[in-house]
Amino acid sequence: MGKRVLMLGNEACAEGAIAAGMRLYAGYPITPSTEIAEIAAHRLPEVGGSFIQMEDEIASIAVAIGASVTGVKSMTATSGPGFSLKQENLGYAALAEIPLVVVDVQRMGPSTGMPTSPSQGDVMMARWGTHGDHPVIALSPSSVKETYELIIRAFNLSEKYRTPVLFMMDEMIGHLREGVEIPDTDKLVIINRPTVINPDPKRPPYHVEPGTLVPAMAPFGEGQRYNITGLIHDESGFPTNSTVEAEKLINRLMHKISDNYDDIVQCEQIGMEDAEVALFCYGGTMRAALTAMEEARAKGIKCGIFRAITLWPFPERELLKAAKHLKQIVVVEHNYGQMVHEVERVIKGMCRVDFVGKYNGTVISPQEIVKKLEETR
Amino acid sequence: MDYVCDIDAEKGAASKLITKYIRTEHLPQIWCPGCSNGIVMRNVAQAIDNLGLDRNKTIIVSGIGCSSRSAAYMEFNTIHTTHGRAIAFATGIKLANPKLEVIVIAGDGDITAIGGNHLIHAARRNIGMTVIVMNNNVYGMTGGQYSPTTPTGAIGTTAPYGSLDRTFDIANLAIGAGASYAARGTAYHVQQTINLIQEGIRHKGFSIIDVISTCPTYYGRENKAGDAIDMLKWQRDNTITVAKAATMTPEDKQGKIVMGVLHQVQYKEYTDAYQELVDRMKQGKDVHEHR
Repeated sequence: MGKRVLMLGNEACAEGAIAAGMRLYAGYPITPSTEIAEIAAHRLPEVGGSFIQMEDEIASIAVAIGASVTGVKSMTATSGPGFSLKQENLGYAALAEIPLVVVDVQRMGPSTGMPTSPSQGDVMMARWGTHGDHPVIALSPSSVKETYELIIRAFNLSEKYRTPVLFMMDEMIGHLREGVEIPDTDKLVIINRPTVINPDPKRPPYHVEPGTLVPAMAPFGEGQRYNITGLIHDESGFPTNSTVEAEKLINRLMHKISDNYDDIVQCEQIGMEDAEVALFCYGGTMRAALTAMEEARAKGIKCGIFRAITLWPFPERELLKAAKHLKQIVVVEHNYGQMVHEVERVIKGMCRVDFVGKYNGTVISPQEIVKKLEETR
Repeated sequence: MDYVCDIDAEKGAASKLITKYIRTEHLPQIWCPGCSNGIVMRNVAQAIDNLGLDRNKTIIVSGIGCSSRSAAYMEFNTIHTTHGRAIAFATGIKLANPKLEVIVIAGDGDITAIGGNHLIHAARRNIGMTVIVMNNNVYGMTGGQYSPTTPTGAIGTTAPYGSLDRTFDIANLAIGAGASYAARGTAYHVQQTINLIQEGIRHKGFSIIDVISTCPTYYGRENKAGDAIDMLKWQRDNTITVAKAATMTPEDKQGKIVMGVLHQVQYKEYTDAYQELVDRMKQGKDVHEHR
């Protein structure tokens, strides 16, 4: 049996990461994510891991990438302004296929915005923030309990697919205290990257063996001497200007994620069996959506919830399937309208799509959602 | 023509070094004819060879720019990172595995402009790494723009009327930030620079070697400094040792390159300090109830 404890969302993030095997954390103070750094500073030396507070956000992600190339699971956490600064190195990790987890506890922007009011304004930055075409996995928890479990999954996906995974929390969940059942460590599923120690020196370090998802990784210092670069490279790991190799690499990076959609993408559907209307939500907005669903049902509206747990890749197959029986989808998010565009892209007019957003530093109330449902009936 | 003899005389030795430490299948390198980066890269290889470092445990980290292309040519674990961030990546490598010997090869723009923050903070922490700067006073890769080490008044493509900026003295910058070893060499003074790099690697803590280099293609052409050989000869004729500098007036030292170990002290190295913390935790000394 695990143990039940009262935990802050950010605490669940740090503790879950350590349970997942994180042994290096690098960060820079920024609210509302700071507790993650504080807990990492407290706990990592206890488990023989490393904590470092860096001089800036860019250095923090650089340290996490550097640690990961030696084979150590690493993480950095931030909020919107810092997430903006990390984008270049995120692209580096995606191209060089370095596993790591980047947490963004979102706060209201743009710019310094309203620190540290709740927001979900970084979800499109998670998809498109760094330059160039690149794969993205982004997850978003909607409770403290789920934060603990999902950060472990974030590490697992990062290791399995050799890619940075974005953990898109929001202030609502980061600063929420809830009871959490901490599973026994032997009950946890932990995935470690495919690794090669002392391979044949001629083995191309970015060669994907048939039947495997990604190139097995040789930790720096463990016998294979090779090159890692942010330049387009061939399987030898060295830069190339070959158009054929460039296209091959980008295709492989994109396909390692898109071809494994079923393994990566998760969503939750509540009350959707007989629903005519679905509230599309993710992260902290789930809380208001749950109450709104109950209130709507009390008013005779057949309402359900479709919650994206994986934001990227977007759970489009499940949403399309669910939409076949729907008259309306109401997208509920704490921004001026971001994921609503993705919903519209997928739905392509199959049913009506409406939007309830908030961008004034407060949270969306269940009543505002119900009001929208009533107005649009 | 009179060639700089000590480079030529070393040719035989350099060839053996090249087969041993350079990924010859990736040659020729991308540098322009007459660029001094190759000389400095060779010096790094020679210093490593002299010290007999375990090449599997030696990591070479670079950023972006002409100098940073060195990493991929060298037969070690090499990582070519993002512009300015080599020291930050290197910090992650060293912290995650303090047993590794971490060497950063960087340029003046890379390490003091876009990466200046990482330079001063790594120096302050005294984390164990050796930073070798190929300081050619110009952004070469992008075609000759002025850098933080371009002398005031010198020409760059973005300083067509002469740079108005005052310049960084890289070694002094690092000393001010807390570097425990700082030295200056030149592309011309091969043997001296090898020794300085060797000492830097051997030194426990943060070491920096500012190697005054040459970019005949851009800096030299824009500033009418002559060809590659003329620029190296200028270094030969304008370099003084630390000992000699100590006997000279500030006026006499104007425009001279002061070569040698400029600063060396011993502080606790960062990863050693961190390991002591972990050991204390193991003995249960600092453990208190977690929230």
